Formats: sequence, structure tokens, C-alpha cells
Amino acid sequence: MSEGHHAVVIPAPGPEFVPHTVAHHFDTPVQEFQSAKLGFWLFLATEILLFGGLFAAYFFYHEAYPETFRLGGQQLDWKLGAVNTTVLLVSSWTMAMGVRSAQTSQKKKTLFYCGLTVLGAVMFLVIKFFEYKAKNDHGLFVFTNMFGGYDQATGQLSWFKDYGGVMAGVPHGHLFFAIYVTMTGIHGIHVLVGAGLIIWIMKGCAKGRFHAGYFLPVDLVGLYWHLVDLIWIFLFPLLYLVP
Amino acid sequence: MTTNVPTVDRQQLEPAPRKTFWNCSTGFWSWAGTLDHKRIGIMYLVGVSVAFLCGGVFALLVRLHLWNPHGMLFSNESYNQIFTLHGAFMVFLFIIPAIPASLGNLVLPLQLGAKDVALPRLNLLSFYLWLGGAVLATLSIVLGGFDTGWTFYAPYSLYTDKAVVSIGLGIFLLGFSSIFTGLNFIVTTHKLRAPGLTWFRMPLFIWALYATAILQVLATPVLGITVLLVAFERLYHVGIFDPRLGGDPVLFEHFFWFYSHPAVYIMVLPAFGIISEMVTVHSRKPLFGYKLIAFSSLAIAIISFLVWGHHMFTSGQSTYALFAFSFLTFFVAIPTAIKEFSWVATVWKGSIALNSPMLYTLAFLIIFAIGGLTGVILGALNVDIHLHDTYFVVAHFHYVMMGSIALAFFAGLHHWWPKVFGVMYNETLAKIAAVTIFVGFNATFIPQFIMGSRGMPRRYATYVPDYINYHRASTIGAMIIGLGMALMVYYLVASLLQGKKAMQNQWGGVTLEWHTPTPPPLENFDKPPVMVGEVYDYSKLDLESTRTPAS
Repeated sequence: MSEGHHAVVIPAPGPEFVPHTVAHHFDTPVQEFQSAKLGFWLFLATEILLFGGLFAAYFFYHEAYPETFRLGGQQLDWKLGAVNTTVLLVSSWTMAMGVRSAQTSQKKKTLFYCGLTVLGAVMFLVIKFFEYKAKNDHGLFVFTNMFGGYDQATGQLSWFKDYGGVMAGVPHGHLFFAIYVTMTGIHGIHVLVGAGLIIWIMKGCAKGRFHAGYFLPVDLVGLYWHLVDLIWIFLFPLLYLVP
Repeated sequence: MTTNVPTVDRQQLEPAPRKTFWNCSTGFWSWAGTLDHKRIGIMYLVGVSVAFLCGGVFALLVRLHLWNPHGMLFSNESYNQIFTLHGAFMVFLFIIPAIPASLGNLVLPLQLGAKDVALPRLNLLSFYLWLGGAVLATLSIVLGGFDTGWTFYAPYSLYTDKAVVSIGLGIFLLGFSSIFTGLNFIVTTHKLRAPGLTWFRMPLFIWALYATAILQVLATPVLGITVLLVAFERLYHVGIFDPRLGGDPVLFEHFFWFYSHPAVYIMVLPAFGIISEMVTVHSRKPLFGYKLIAFSSLAIAIISFLVWGHHMFTSGQSTYALFAFSFLTFFVAIPTAIKEFSWVATVWKGSIALNSPMLYTLAFLIIFAIGGLTGVILGALNVDIHLHDTYFVVAHFHYVMMGSIALAFFAGLHHWWPKVFGVMYNETLAKIAAVTIFVGFNATFIPQFIMGSRGMPRRYATYVPDYINYHRASTIGAMIIGLGMALMVYYLVASLLQGKKAMQNQWGGVTLEWHTPTPPPLENFDKPPVMVGEVYDYSKLDLESTRTPAS
């Protein structure tokens, strides 16, 4: 950066890797590593608090309308939810293996495990798509008419039709599905972002950027992926099983 | 001239100008893409100043409108938009980012003896998020404005036909801008302190920014999800806050104040930090109660999470919740009073230099005592039932927001101006402006205390004629503040064009930022500083640095 600055460089462990230059304002690689790690943990805390608002809303309305949540939860397919839970848990394991491989300078293995993790993310999203489609078809959350508004006169929501009348006997049947779609939707966006980040990691990995001397981005993206998994671990029982 | 005076090669006579962060690189992208905390701080300073001036113009419009009981300038509907714009611009675009993102960015790494903040890219991202939020806020005005008040209370914010979605998303971006600044400061404070700079040798401005950062990281995400949910309500009617759909508007208030009460301390704690610096430097005396001030910042940060319900005494909470929130609110007064008394004790028998930063500081000490004590009055449950949503509340929080925080911001701005820009402004004009603003401020808000206690409700576009004298006094006061602000803009801009060169150590401070040339080089210090001895030890003051003009 500036004149007379002596850059700290971490050498590459082999010809297929590239050395890492420590950012100019850090004195040591350890300082750089710890700073990024601390910052990322704080960021994860903000993610949990962001979801915390949604969880608070969930508990509040679960208390207010227990019947609605019982019936609503029964409309979800717990088997698909369980499959998705398994997919995410396994993908967390593959991600951990990917981080481990990067730490031990095993380039091909890192690419392999990260690739598996992206596959897990895609599987999760495909299954989620079919779950959403079922809700769409039953009129419990009509995505195709999501922004159609609310009719004050009839009290009809554009996206809540309930063709089967399954929620007819409980107050505010739409509320469960609104919370379900909002929570899983924001979680789904995180899955998508996570998959994108892992693909970015794979590109860097292919160029040989990550090795035993420098694996910080792999580590951080791994943490992010585990958080995405962790939030689902709470969403699954609360939405699919508790009712 | 036709005489044969030999031409002089000026470059040979004058040494090349010293390299500073101002002249080390040039061009648009050297600023727009900069990772240097000082340049990002300057960009923030420009941004928040523009937001402040916009918010100030909105405030003057509000006050002018209230000159007559039936309103002088706008329709009632437009009035609602103008006071909302005043609040939203001042809170989200100015007060929250003002001190940490501009002065904090400029000063924190210097005071820590670091080359930069720990995560410079995140710092730049934080600035662009702020810019995005500012653009969305401005866009919302074009898209039809917003008239909900800065608090966006449901259900009105769900039903109004104004541009609530765009301003909501703008606030979401501003929230993450604030989170990333706080996160960066926590990491920088933990990991980039100079050798010898232990926690209890840190300047108190750092302690205050650190406590603020904890609040920014832990409270702001809840605001983020809250404004997102309001946007979702308007886009696809989630129903969480909408009573027509089984939702509960009071839940919105809980979510909102869970953030926005700590946010009050996100605004005021950095101001406390600045005042701590001012009283010691400009009295040239070590701080009284250093550790108590440091810990009281953390205590305020923690207690601030437990008192949000005092904004909702009349909203419908359980009686027992009311008791608890009222009781806990009184606890905030303890660490706050510790600070106030420590500052006064620091100034006591000090060698007080009545220069412009100190004048703002003394104004702060007086105004904040009133702002803080009226807060205790409002925290008392039975009194608040009478005063809730009156001008008394407006006056109280302006004594804290404007009279304390903005004045502390001005104190810090005047204090670090010579260090950052390398020039001095006209001190005489600065002192006149400080006194003008202090007089104007009290003239504006003392009448509001009185009419509030007599029942004048806040946010109304019109009023019964009985209140006319209070309102007119208040409007005249606002005009006086406006004059003071205009003077400040004039002499600060003039100093950039033709100001005297500043000393390396303009005020005789001893913290690390005064140990580097003025303005600082790109990486802050010519050689890495080492902190020796205690902070605020004026026996170690290098008097030479207060005399030598900068190169």
C-alpha cells in the first residue's frame, strides 16, 4: 500500500497454491485471523437477533392462537421437513470436512466437500420449492397472488384462500402460514446466500488461495453455513413438530 | 516587470509537501474506493452534515408553521410529512451515525495507535449502506413522502398511502450500516491497540464508542427485522402487526422500542465520550473517576436493554410491567449522574481554556443536566401519564438529542477539526456561534417544557390560541439556532479555504492522536506508537508539539 511498507507474506505450501499477503494494517497473520474471526462471530450474533424478532413473533402468536398453530402445523409435511433437516445436517458435516481439508492443504478434497455442500443447499431448496408449491395449490399461501392485497370489505387476503377449508374452524388461520413463509423464506434466502458464498470459496480454492497457512475465508463461510443449519434446527420442530 | 531579477526555482527552495492522507492519492476513485478510515470518516462527515442541515431546515419549517395557531405554511397533511422528515432525517441519518461513523472513524484508530480499523472493507461497505439508506429516504420523499412520525407506529404505518416501504428498506440499510461500524470498532479495540495501550489506558472516547458498539451490534438487528416486517405487512399483509388480521400493534411497539431505547444510548454514549475528552484536555487535568466513567458507559449499555417499556406507559401493558419498567428506568440515572459529576469534578480547579470546544462542553453540562433530570420525571409512572405525548416529552428529548448530543458533536468537531484538516477556524466566530446556539436552544425548548406541562400535545399541526406565546417564543429560538448554525457553516468552510495552519497539538492533548503530525499520514503514524504511562497524564505533555506549526 504505502511506500516503505514491508508486507507480511504467508508462503504457499506447494506450487499449486499461491502465497497470502497479510493486509497492510495488521502486524501479524494471527492478528488478521483473530480480527476477522471475532468480527464474524459478532455478525453471526446479529443474524441470531434478526431471527430472534421472528421467533418472538412466533411464540407470541402461538400463545395467542394455539389452535391456529396446531392446525396450521398439521398442514405441513413433516416428512419433507425431516428430509430437509437431514440434508442440512449432512451438509454441515461436508462443510466441516471442507474446512478441514483446506486447513490441511488438500485442494481437491476441499473442492469435493464444498461441492457436496452446494449440492445439499440445492437439494434443500428444491424440496422447499415443492413444499411451497403444495401450500400454493391448497390456497394456504398463494405465492402467485402474494401481493394482491387485503379486501377491507370482505376481510379476504389475496394469498389466503384455504380451498380445502382446513383452517375454517380457527381464528386467523392465515397467521400461521404468514409466519411460516416469512421465517422459512428469510431462512431460504440465507441458504441461497450461503450456497453463493461456498461457490465463491470454490473459485478461490481452485486458484490455490487456501492452504494450511491461510484458510480464513473458508473458515468464516463454514461458520455461516453452520448458522444457517442451526436456525433450521429450531425452525423445523417449532413449525412442523410442536403443533 | 522588466528588471532582471533571476528566476528562482521554487521547488528547490521549498521541500516537497509532507505526505498526508489528503494528498497521498488523488482522483474520484481514490476517495470512492478508499479503505482509509480517515477518508471514510470525512465522507461520513460530509454525509451526516448534509443530513443534519436538511433535518434542520425541516425543523425550521415546522417551527415557522406553528407561528400561527391554525398553521402558517402547509396543509395539515404536509405538516405531518415535514415533522416526520425532520425526525427521520435527524435520528436515522444524523444522530445515530454522526459521532461514531464520522468522528469515531476519524479518531478511534488514531487514539488506539492503529494504522486503520480492523476491517477496512467492511468500513467502506458501511458507508455505502448509509448512502443507500440516504438515497432511499430521499427517494421516499419523491415517491409521496411519509407521515408516520419517525416511530412508524402500527397500525397507522400499515394503512397510510404514503411511501413507507421505501423508507422502511432505507432504515434497514442504515441499520446494517450502523451494525457494521459497531462491529468494526469492537474488533479494532480488541485487536489493534498499540503496545502498552491497556484497557485502562484507553481514552474514554474509545470506552464510550466500545459501549455504543455493543448496543449497535445487539439492538439494531431487531430494528432491522421490525422495519422489514412493516414492509412485508404493506407488501403482502403478514398480519403480525395488523389488528384486522389478528395481529397486535402493541407488539410492534415492543419490537420498535427494544431497539429504539438502546438506540437512545447509541446516540448519547459517544457524546459522553467526547465530553470526557473535552473536560480533561481543555482543563488540562486528569479525568476525575476514569474507571467509574468507563464502567458507567457499560452499565448504561446493559440497563438500556431493560427499560424499553417506559415508552409505552399508555399503550396497554400489564400494571406490573409498568412498575418494573418505571423502576428500572430510574437505574439509568445512577451511571449517568456518575458521569455528570465526574465531568464537573474534572473541570473543578482545572486550568480551564475557554475555547470553542470547551464552550460547547460547558453548554452540554448545563443542558444535559436538565435533559437527564426531566428524563427521570418522565420515567415516573404517574407523572408520565399526564405528560405522555406532550411537548414536555419533545423538550426533554431535544435537551438530550439536540442540546446534548449535537452540541457534543460540535465540541468534538471543533476539537479534532485542526487535527484532521490541518487548519484552524476563526475562534472568535466559533465562540459567538457557540453562545448563539446555546441561547437559541434554550429559547426554543424551555417554552416547550412549559406548554407541554400545560397539556400541549406533540405532533399537532394546529393548536388552541392559549399556547400562542410559547409557540412563538419557541419559533424565535429556533431562528436563533439557525443563525448560529449558518455562522458555523460559514467559518468552518472559510477555514478550509483560508484557515491558518494548525499546530500538531492544537489544544495540548496527551492521547495518541496528538502524537502524530497534522494532518496525519496515510498510515496514521510515521513510526508505530507505543503507549507509555497513564492516559491523561499532563506532566508528560510535549509542549513543543503545541507550538510548532505543522509542516
